[in-house]
Amino acid sequence: MVQFRLPENSRYSSRAGHHYPALPGATRVRRFKIYRWNPDSSDPPRVDTFDVDLDRCGPMVLDALIKIKNEVDPTLAFRRSCREGICGSCAMNIDGLNRLACTRPVAERDGDVRIFPLPHLAVIKDLVPDLTHFYEQYAAVRPWLQTREPAPPDRERLQAPAEQERVDRPSACILCACCSTGCPSYWWNSDRYLGPAAFLAAYRWIVDTRDQAGRERLGQLQDAFQLYRCHTILNCVEACPKDLNPARAIAELRRRLAGLSD
Amino acid sequence: MKAYELIDHECDVIVVGAGGAGLRATMGLAEAGLETACITKVFPTRSHTVAAQGGISAALSNMGEDDWRFHFYDTIKGSDWLGDQDAIEFMCREAAAAVIELEHFGLPFSRTEDGRIYQRPFGGMTTHYGKGIAQRTCAAADRTGHAMLHTLYQQCLKHNAKFFIEYFAMDLIMEQGECRGVLALDMATGTLHRFIGQATILATGGYGRTYFSCTSAHTCTGDGGGMALRAGLPLQDMEFVQFHPTGIYGAGCLITEGARGEGGILRNSNGERFMERYAPNAKDLASRDVVSRAMTIEIREGRGVGADRDHLLLHLEHLGPDVIHKRLPGIVETAMIFAGVDVTRAPIPVLPTVHYNMGGIPCNLHGEALTVRDGDPEAVVPGLMAVGEAACVSVHGANRLGSNSLLDLVVFGRAAATRCATLLRPGSSRTKPAAAATAAAVERFDRVRYASGSRPTAAIRDEMQRAMQKDASVFRNGTILANGCKRLRQTFAGFADLRTSDRSLIFNTDLVEALELDNLLRQALVTIHSAMNRTESRGAHAREDYPERDDVAWLKHTLAWVDDQGGVRFDYRPVHLQTLGGDVESIPPRARTY
Repeated sequence: MVQFRLPENSRYSSRAGHHYPALPGATRVRRFKIYRWNPDSSDPPRVDTFDVDLDRCGPMVLDALIKIKNEVDPTLAFRRSCREGICGSCAMNIDGLNRLACTRPVAERDGDVRIFPLPHLAVIKDLVPDLTHFYEQYAAVRPWLQTREPAPPDRERLQAPAEQERVDRPSACILCACCSTGCPSYWWNSDRYLGPAAFLAAYRWIVDTRDQAGRERLGQLQDAFQLYRCHTILNCVEACPKDLNPARAIAELRRRLAGLSD
Repeated sequence: MKAYELIDHECDVIVVGAGGAGLRATMGLAEAGLETACITKVFPTRSHTVAAQGGISAALSNMGEDDWRFHFYDTIKGSDWLGDQDAIEFMCREAAAAVIELEHFGLPFSRTEDGRIYQRPFGGMTTHYGKGIAQRTCAAADRTGHAMLHTLYQQCLKHNAKFFIEYFAMDLIMEQGECRGVLALDMATGTLHRFIGQATILATGGYGRTYFSCTSAHTCTGDGGGMALRAGLPLQDMEFVQFHPTGIYGAGCLITEGARGEGGILRNSNGERFMERYAPNAKDLASRDVVSRAMTIEIREGRGVGADRDHLLLHLEHLGPDVIHKRLPGIVETAMIFAGVDVTRAPIPVLPTVHYNMGGIPCNLHGEALTVRDGDPEAVVPGLMAVGEAACVSVHGANRLGSNSLLDLVVFGRAAATRCATLLRPGSSRTKPAAAATAAAVERFDRVRYASGSRPTAAIRDEMQRAMQKDASVFRNGTILANGCKRLRQTFAGFADLRTSDRSLIFNTDLVEALELDNLLRQALVTIHSAMNRTESRGAHAREDYPERDDVAWLKHTLAWVDDQGGVRFDYRPVHLQTLGGDVESIPPRARTY
């Protein structure tokens, strides 16, 4: 019999979670339901509930997480760094959507705020997923400039502004993994399917007029488990916190593979 | 104390930190065939270099006349003559090659119509020794740091460099005054690791998080500086903390100086372009210390805006949507998210915000760490090097010019790798340290791990940040600094009463934040005591009770040590007024106006 459900000890029970009420005198309370899992404990994951006074908290979900860690439960684990949406550390699943906690306003939505790790990755602890495989997939597309001709010795390679513009957006990816871990095709086949972030990285070099390995790059993607595993669900586009469009990059790569454009 | 197993790794060179400087060093070392371990507490592209916006300076002359000697002069003037002129000469002369190298690595620079690297004006960057405005800052829109960090990481992948990601370096391993490597915690597994090498390069960045409001990332906790201080080594010029004129009011997020480089203007509550009064020539593009002081005076004198009249406005609307969206797309996004402002229609509320540490581990221009030994103020610490914001070479002196930091990272990251390639032989023997060399570090780790006092990390950190914010600000005076020194000594002593809550060793961020706090506290102490000690005003260090620069008494670098009781002791190093010789004349100190 095919097993579809997750193993027993990786399913969480919201009943087992702790509830931390707000301090007396709180004026504008919002309830944060946060996934917790400590690998040192034999307990299955749980969802803790933290009541946070938004009048004593910054506007973003990350502000609330930091307030909880500072004032209520220092054991809560999550990644964060720049707090301004450029380092990509604090990607997590907030209210069912992959978002950066630092640029997601709490006020974006009414009701409880539900915070889980990025989906379909092994969890190291609480909101910290294991991204090792995601990073390996990025490296697998050989994301560096490859040329056959040497660069001019004492000046830059020239590139017209219009040519640069094609690279400009795709190169703005922050490797937060919101797109790939939001992609159902990636959920099913992440062992072989490189996923939207890695494709966007490949595309970024293929459209760069300075790169001369376009043919090899495309060849690498010509595999039944690569570009054609994208079923244009477009979760990647919806998830990207930098408004990038990995799906369009994938479509463009397919067109090039089919010889429909240069 | 529990016995901890230490897992050993031997290599030629250890790089701690994977920001711009650490990655440039790592890449160069890998390229030179030296076995290198780059240890980093965050995945490389999460390092704070990623947040640099405006650009990297180099006199390429792509957009008008320029010369690296003008850049040399500007940097010395920007440093208020505290910068070492030989190091500044080295950096400015190498600048063009360093930027072109980045382009050859594939960095997606913005372009001019003729396909060259786009360059914009930046604060303090002039032609003909202050006469004209230079367009010297090479930009990839307003995310140059992101472009640079990703490009360097890609080059490291290309060269198959070895990374230890989410390893937190805790202490240097020192024997007989020599550095043998570092002790690090693997955050994912909680295991302790000894990295042993012929050289250790600290590229750990700044310590902006000593302050309550800063543009710095949460991870900017000066771990290299903390390690150096605990190893009994001095830090240099720590009193010089740069306030960036345009942090977003409230959130503290950075709005690049490139916004003013593209023509943005600061205005007060009267709508006045007040910088015209403070810097008649450079106006809004005077150097950062000058603009931050002017803004502070405007607010103090009641010309701030908002309900509390406590901030000012940065206008970009007049640039038009085309320029704004083309040159400053990241600012459009940041201002909307963190200030709710559409910059094509309304000004951004801004405030001077802690941004950069000019001080750090004293180094020569090869990246070798220096200390005082037998009366020699420039004695090399064998086996130890430092690069980037963690280091003080000193190319920024008392005040760094915008876009000189990205340059500093790649020039000195490369120089350190070159030095290692020259001096070290791949695979030659490394001295394996005795267990005693890590005993104190492991004991400290265990103590913090099980700390069962009464005060959580966040409470002690908050106390430190508020004291620094209030007592070591844009303007300083003896009374306030003395009070701040006292408060910080108490806060430092309060670390003995620390309580950590997480007893697990798997991704224990409670523990890591406590270890980071130890690093921050020592550097906060050194910073405020150095500020108290320096009785003059120079660059970013403005003393109301000593408003003039004093070249007779203070044309020298501060060196400061801190002991485990929080006592701070000083010595000094001469400023190098001499150049490397031949190509450019030394610039003697003169009055500094913009």
